[in-house]
Amino acid sequence: MNRPGDRAGGGALGSVREPGGLYAAPATLWLTVFFLAPLAIIVAYSFLTPGARGGVEWTPTLDAYRAIANPTFAKVTLNTILVAIGATAVTLVIALPCGYYMARSERQTLLLMLVMIPFWTNFLIRIYAWIAILGNEGFLNDLLRALGLVDESVRFLYNRGAVMLVLVYTYLPYAILPLYSTIDKFDFSLLEAARDLGASKLGAIVRVLLPNVKGGILTAFLFTFIPIFGAYAVPLLVGGTESYMLGNLIADELTKSRDWPLASAISLVITLVTTIGVLLLLRANGASTLGGPAGEASADGAAPEPAVGGAR
Amino acid sequence: MERGGEKQKTVKGSDVVIEHVRKSFGEFKALDDVSIGIRKGEFFSLLGPSGCGKTTLLRIIAGFESPEGGAVLLDGRDVLGQPPDARHVNTVFQNYALFPHLTVFENVAFSMRLRKAPESEVKARVAEYLQLVELQAHASKKPAQLSGGQKQRVAIARALINEPSVLLLDEPLSALDAKLRQHMLIELDSIHDKIGITFIYVTHDQQEALSVSDRIAVMNAGEVLQVGTPQEIYEAPATDFVAKFIGETNLFEADVASVSGETVELRTDGFGPVKVTATEPPPVGSRVSWTIRPEKIRIGLEEPRSARNGINAVAGVVDEPIYSGFQSKFYVRAPSGLVLKVIKQHADWSDEGPEIAWKDAVWLSFSAEDAYIVEVKR
Ligand SMILES: Nc1ncnc2c1ncn2[C@@H]1O[C@H](COP(=O)(O)OP(=O)(O)O)[C@@H](O)[C@H]1O
Ligand SMILES: [Mg+2]
Repeated sequence: MNRPGDRAGGGALGSVREPGGLYAAPATLWLTVFFLAPLAIIVAYSFLTPGARGGVEWTPTLDAYRAIANPTFAKVTLNTILVAIGATAVTLVIALPCGYYMARSERQTLLLMLVMIPFWTNFLIRIYAWIAILGNEGFLNDLLRALGLVDESVRFLYNRGAVMLVLVYTYLPYAILPLYSTIDKFDFSLLEAARDLGASKLGAIVRVLLPNVKGGILTAFLFTFIPIFGAYAVPLLVGGTESYMLGNLIADELTKSRDWPLASAISLVITLVTTIGVLLLLRANGASTLGGPAGEASADGAAPEPAVGGAR
Repeated sequence: MERGGEKQKTVKGSDVVIEHVRKSFGEFKALDDVSIGIRKGEFFSLLGPSGCGKTTLLRIIAGFESPEGGAVLLDGRDVLGQPPDARHVNTVFQNYALFPHLTVFENVAFSMRLRKAPESEVKARVAEYLQLVELQAHASKKPAQLSGGQKQRVAIARALINEPSVLLLDEPLSALDAKLRQHMLIELDSIHDKIGITFIYVTHDQQEALSVSDRIAVMNAGEVLQVGTPQEIYEAPATDFVAKFIGETNLFEADVASVSGETVELRTDGFGPVKVTATEPPPVGSRVSWTIRPEKIRIGLEEPRSARNGINAVAGVVDEPIYSGFQSKFYVRAPSGLVLKVIKQHADWSDEGPEIAWKDAVWLSFSAEDAYIVEVKR
């Protein structure tokens, strides 16, 4: 008799022993096609000679890496790091109380909708809206002049502050959502226990809430820091020359200088910096998951996919 | 202290006075004019069914809710304006509320760390309190690794280490199984004896309250019905609700036929004339409720020989005998159809009483001194 159980032993498909391997196949395929292959191409390009009109010639060289050593690159890298750290910090400081308030509110669905609504409008339109507000002839300057507070237009745009403002605005929802979903699972009676034992309101938050939601904080950090580090459109549209970021440098090398190997080398630097940063953070976090304390590892499940290394 | 034999222990802690406290959630009155005076060092229980406002009252004392009216005085000082961290009161929460990210040691040390106590003092004190609750061996575990009873002990040690003047306990044993509950109850009692501060203990379990409390406040629907020692509450319930809620009882209505001193003769609805006791006898003709505890009734096959003055006798038929090891319970139906519950302890060899079985015709007798008027209806 051929019972169903006999099939596994008799079949020629004996190589796939664990069903886990089979289930993981789509993910493996995805990673290979959309992540590992492009990464390999970028690594390869960075060691080649630029072609005359873009593209590469297959002559190996370290020219791209020599070019990185120049001071302009260092300046832009430094600026990128400063902007990314600053904007991420501001985003988290705003997102934390927002997520806390949402988790404690009785109208969570409404608030969740309000956080998501900006996603309904195209990202570029929203940046142009900021330009319409902050520009020299913009809404804010009109208002200030009408109130007689200023005589001449204030120059809000085209500096590092404007870049930070718009970046914070753009990535705030990406920080709020994982924080909200982690804090929502937090047992608020622990805050009362802390107060009972003598902690002030702030003390209870710092000593009890934050350690218990650090998984959510880490997720929020990664969801904002990584895309901000690779930002392109925001510094391009509302930044000035001094707020140039690595993303802009890459675009210039690709489109203006047509130096694809240099663009690839710069991309690799971004990848390297963010990867090392993430690994260090994970380690400092006791190798815990992104989701929070044990048993709550699904905290980031409800959060949106991060635009990792996105070109915004 | 009400209980003798422990006079040598020093009375610490605060007295807690609750005056006319009112609290509503929307339209719903959770506490309606509650007044209680709790003495220094007392083991005081708030007893009542679920939803009667016990937790709300405890949270008002701790500072987590503010009442709409009334006052809470600790040693005579009104504390209602103070936040929870400023009150010298600590709480053992119903769900323990242990900090999951901290070890047992750090949970217990939490309030000392907040005070920035020196490390050597922290070590010594935490060790002392872990010893008090017998958890020295588990100091480095996280709460998730502990059993329910162990979590309970951590919560107690954590609340006591600051030497509060009042410890609030919100149904601390409700999550434990029956055996462990009994054990922890005895332990709580001995901790109270050692520490000597005021305990305010919330429970819906009348057995728990009766067995450890110095005094009990029985609550229902946001009101305090009676405050008294376990004996007073058990033997002289102030209202029908208290009589029914505490232990098992027989509760009936009757009219007052005559009064002589503290003895009142009732014309009952189903048992004929019955003599009961009342400290403040109501006037003849009043409609009253009266009670007799099942274990205060004697059951026998023969009519009581000496129908002395003050002994009531009622005839009936055993409807349902329930055997439960150390005692038997009988539901005895009088000719009128009313049923009296009787509990008979299984005594030692000297007890020569007859076996009583289903359908037996029996005689019940009880003393007027054990039967009480509870409420005067009109
Ligand atoms: N924050 C609240 N909002 C609305 N109703 C509440 C709140 N807290 C308690 N209640 C209500 O008040 C009543 C008393 O609650 P509680 O004090 O917890 O009762 P107990 O501890 O005696 O079971 C309950 O009916 C409960 O539903
Ligand atoms: Mg309760």
